[in-house]
Formats: sequence, structure tokens, C-alpha cells
Amino acid sequence: MSAFDFLMQGLVTAADPMMLLYALIGVTLGTAVGVLPGIGPALTVALLLPVTYRLDAAGSLIMFAGIYYGGMYGGSTTSILLNTPGESASIITALEGNKMARKGRGGPALATAAIGSFVAGLIATLLLAFLAPTIVKVALVFGPREYFALMMLAFVTVSAAFGDSALRGLTSLFLGLALACVGIDQLTGQARLSFGQPELLDGIEVTTMAVAMFAIGEALAIAGARNQHDDSVLAVKGSVWMNRQDWARSWKPWLRGTLIGFPIGAMPAGGAEIGTFLSYAAEKKLTKHPEEFGNGAIEGVAGPEAANNASAAGTLVPLLTLGLPTSATAAIMLAGFQQFGLQPGPLLFATNPTLVWGLIASLLIANAMLLVLNLPLIGLWVKLLRVPKPWLYAGILLFATLGTIGANPSTFELGMLLGFGVLGYVMRLYGYPIAPIVVGLILGPMAEQQLRRALSISQGDWTYLASSPIAATLLALAALALIVPLILRARGKGEVLAQLAGDED
Amino acid sequence: MSQSPDTGGRRDLAALIIAAFLAVVAGVMLWDSARLADLGGYSGVGPATIPRVVAICLLGLAGWTAVAALRGDFPERPAQNPAPVLWIVAGLALQMLLLHFAGFSVATGILFACTARAFGKTNLAMTLPIGIVVSFLVWVVFSQLLMLHLPAGPLEHLIFAKG
Repeated sequence: MSAFDFLMQGLVTAADPMMLLYALIGVTLGTAVGVLPGIGPALTVALLLPVTYRLDAAGSLIMFAGIYYGGMYGGSTTSILLNTPGESASIITALEGNKMARKGRGGPALATAAIGSFVAGLIATLLLAFLAPTIVKVALVFGPREYFALMMLAFVTVSAAFGDSALRGLTSLFLGLALACVGIDQLTGQARLSFGQPELLDGIEVTTMAVAMFAIGEALAIAGARNQHDDSVLAVKGSVWMNRQDWARSWKPWLRGTLIGFPIGAMPAGGAEIGTFLSYAAEKKLTKHPEEFGNGAIEGVAGPEAANNASAAGTLVPLLTLGLPTSATAAIMLAGFQQFGLQPGPLLFATNPTLVWGLIASLLIANAMLLVLNLPLIGLWVKLLRVPKPWLYAGILLFATLGTIGANPSTFELGMLLGFGVLGYVMRLYGYPIAPIVVGLILGPMAEQQLRRALSISQGDWTYLASSPIAATLLALAALALIVPLILRARGKGEVLAQLAGDED
Repeated sequence: MSQSPDTGGRRDLAALIIAAFLAVVAGVMLWDSARLADLGGYSGVGPATIPRVVAICLLGLAGWTAVAALRGDFPERPAQNPAPVLWIVAGLALQMLLLHFAGFSVATGILFACTARAFGKTNLAMTLPIGIVVSFLVWVVFSQLLMLHLPAGPLEHLIFAKG
């Protein structure tokens, strides 16, 4: 069967009323967390993992994907009206979008962001559907050495290639890898780093760590910040609809943003932010109204917003076809799959096509739901921005601890939550990125397993790891991604990389 | 994070502490891996291998951090207010200690009030009851409807006789 037939079958699965309900809950929650500054999709999915233990696997995953897409939509609202990005992929939108809102053009800014997100989401999801079967075919020949090389590449790009310091990125990654060693060794059954604590034998719970890092660490960082941000919400004045000129100036940036964002999301490069920076730079260069850039150019909202949604879909390509997360949200979603005993990858397309294609098809539906949620109902989300901070963060911490208590109501687990929360705060304070430690904890055990399998096959011959063309290429890319930025930084060209910092979502 | 235009040569005590912390983590990993029986088998890579590799890399990073600290390479930290941070940490610690004794609603209500206090709602006489009521409602929804196991205390037993 072709990808088209599979997609049609998937649409049948996704059109089931229960699945539609899960998708609706997902996109609504996603938009809400995207709108609220300080919490992003990664945290939300992590919070929901324990709550969804007993729910339907397909439904829960559809909900998680809806949260991811919704977060990308919702972030733009906060950027435009509050000048505080709701999540890291919307930083660029704040540049031009907030200027537009200050000039009374908040409506068209929100509209071009929402419609651009829709167009990008639609094209990118279709690209995902038609690319996935091809990648799966390639991935079926992957053995342990290719997977190991792929994970090395992911480790390097997430930690060292971008951001302002390779030292801090690598430190974060290796702390994650150290935590990944805790627990019973998968191959010999020996307890490692568990110090006689039975709670540690199962390893460090990914959800506990993610919730602590994202929710508690973030809450502590915001509470401790001395210069509090000026939180005045701009009212949406006038019509939300775009005029003819807005449309004429928006459609090309949407398409360009999609084409830039999708491959960036699909590459193991850690997040949607990078695509938005590149799209903004491209629009600034190509525009016929260069004088408007910096003062509210609609192209500067349309392009980056399309790029961040396209990269969300792009992130799902390696996640679904290879089981490889390229952003923090994708890493948590991987933990979501594993919670239901599913391992994303080429085999999942063969063993559970209904689920995979239902998930992909439901993204098309979720995308349409999001357009409705974000244009006519925009006023509702703006109200959400007026929730006072004390109640907002008290609520966030309540739900953060609820998830952990629900999964394992032990004092020990809550102690770990507190400990990692403080660690997350200290890391934020000293400029350590959070994504590498989470990715290290999740991918660490998988990388170790693949390495040991590969070396068992070769009977201890390490050259085997680079003995296939694919593995050798991937390892060479990983080495380049580690060395080239180091040289660039040493030559004082680090600012560009610092701007491309992949942070949370 | 913006790189501060520092004059250089500033010794950074906090960054040195981070370096020491990384070295301690590495030391613990090496110590732990030493007592594992190394069943490398055919591969030559046993359960102790990866922890050792990670520990050695962490030692290297600790050295790198120490050098960066001595050269003053770390970015300037934004000034922090310690009080709100301590309120939240205290709230989490109290919730952890009281959870099994006082039940979910009371313990989480205390966390709620402490967090609100950290963000500027200082009137605990108002926020504590609100926190307990909100937590109790959450407890009802999640433990009674979604069947999540959340510890019950005197308050929960009072209203739901069996808990």
C-alpha cells in the first residue's frame, strides 16, 4: 500500500469520536501552555504521563502530539501581546509581532501567525506522511552500529553544536548520561549506582526528572529573578482579519518558513528555535519593505511562525521512523511511547500501522482544530494571560507534584523531585542548557545497549562501529558538529551559535 | 545568556564549586563501578565500562570548568532574591515530609500557600485554606474519578469514609 492509502486509513482511525476528543483536549491544553509563559509542551507532556497510565495508548499519544502542535500556536499569542515568548520557539515572533501590536495591528499579527501555522502544519504533516515510509525502508537495514552512530550525532548536536558554550552543553549532557547509569544493568542484571536503595534499582524516572527540571527549576528561577518583567498585556484592537496587502505579504513567508523549518526540525539539532532564526533572517533579506523590519513587519511574524510549526512536524520524522528524539518535547514523547510498551522506529510501522498512521492523520485534524481555537477564540486565551502569577505558579507546582505522587507516592520520589528541581534552578542560573540532561537520561541507556550489542557482534572490535558507510558518515558528522563550533567559538564567532541556542521545547 | 564583557582574571568561586561537584560525581561513579564484576563477555564491554567512560569525561569537564572559572569565563549571573526560592523549596520539603502523615490535600495545600507566598501573596491565613480546598478538589477528581493512587489523610478520610 502507498503512503496515501495508509493516510486514508489513518484518517478513519483518527475520525473516531474518542480520538477526536483526545485530539481536542491535546490542542486545547497545548494552546493554553503555549500561551502561558514559563511552561511549555515538554513540561505538559511530562506532567500528563503519569495521569495517562491507564488511558488508551493511541489516544494518549494523539493528545501528546496535539499538545506539541498547540504549544507552537499558543506561543505566538504571548509573544505578540505580551512581548514575553510563551515558549522558546516564539522568541523571534516577539521581535516584529509585539511592535505590530503596539501600533494597533495586533489582530493581523495574530492572524498571520495562526494561518501561517496552519499552512505550515498542513504541508509539514503531509511531508511527514510521505517521507516516513521511505525513511523506514532505509532504517530497516540499520543495525546496532548505525543506531549507536545516530545517537552520538544526536548527543553532540543537542549539547555542543549550538548554544553559547560547548563546556556547559557537554556538562549537562554528561550529567544526564551519569544519571542514566543508575539502576540495574540491562545485560548483566547488576545494580549500578543505586547505593542499596531499592527505589533506585529501576533507574531514575524520566518523568520525575523532566517535571523537576522544567516545572520546579523554572518556577524557582522566575521566583528568584530580581528584575521582574513588566507584564502589561496589549489589548487586541480592531479586526483580527488581514487585509489584501497583509495576505500578499504573508503567503510567501509562510511557504519559505515551512521549507526552512521542516528539515531543521527533522535534523538532530535540538529544537524549533533554529528554524525561526533562519526564517527571520531570510525574510529580512528578501523583503521589499526593509524599513519596516524592527518596527513591525508582517513578514517577520509570518515566516518564523510557519517555521516553528513546520519544525514540530519535522521533529516527528526521526522520532517516529528511528525512535530518535531531536528536542526535549520529542524526548518526553518517546518516554510516553515507552510507557505504553511501544518503541517508535521502523518496526512500529510494521507491527502497529493503525496507531502510527492514526497519529499522523490526527495531526491533520488537530491542525484544523487549532486554526479555529486560535482565531475566533483568541480573546479567551488573552484572558488566560491575566491569571496572577502567585496562583499560576502555585497551580503549576500542585500539578507537578501531583504527577509524581500519582506515579509513585513515596517520600523518596518527592525528594528526588526536589533535588532535581534545585539542580534545574542552579543550571538555569549558571547558563547550563536543560535539554541535554534530559536527552542524555533518555537516550543514554539506548546508546549503551546499542554499543554493547554492536561490540558483541564484532567480538570487541571497536573499528566495527565505523565499518559501514552509514555509520561512518554519521560518526564523522558527529565529530564535525563537535569540532567546528569549538573552532568558531575560539575565533570569536560564537555569537551566532549563542543565538541559535536550543533551549527547551 | 549574554556574555559579560568582563575584565578577566576574576576568580569565580561558584564555578569552582561546580567543578568540584562534577569531580565528586565522577569519583562516586568510579568508586561504584570498581565493585561491579566486569562480565565483559565477547564484547569486552561490561556493566562497569560505560559508567567509567562517563566518569572520566566528567572529570575532564570538571577540569575544563575549573580552568574556565579561574579565567573568569563564566557569564555574569543575574541577581537573585533568595527568599522566594527558599519559600518554594520549603514548601516542597514540607509537602514531602507531611504527605503520608497529613494526606495529599493538607500537604499540597501547604506547598500551594508557600508558592503563592514566594510570588507575593503574603497572607498565609488566606492562601493556606485556598490551597487546601483546591488540593482537595484535585484529590477528589484524580483519586476518585481517574483512579490515581494519592495518599489520603485525616481530611480525606473524614469526607470519604473509606478513602
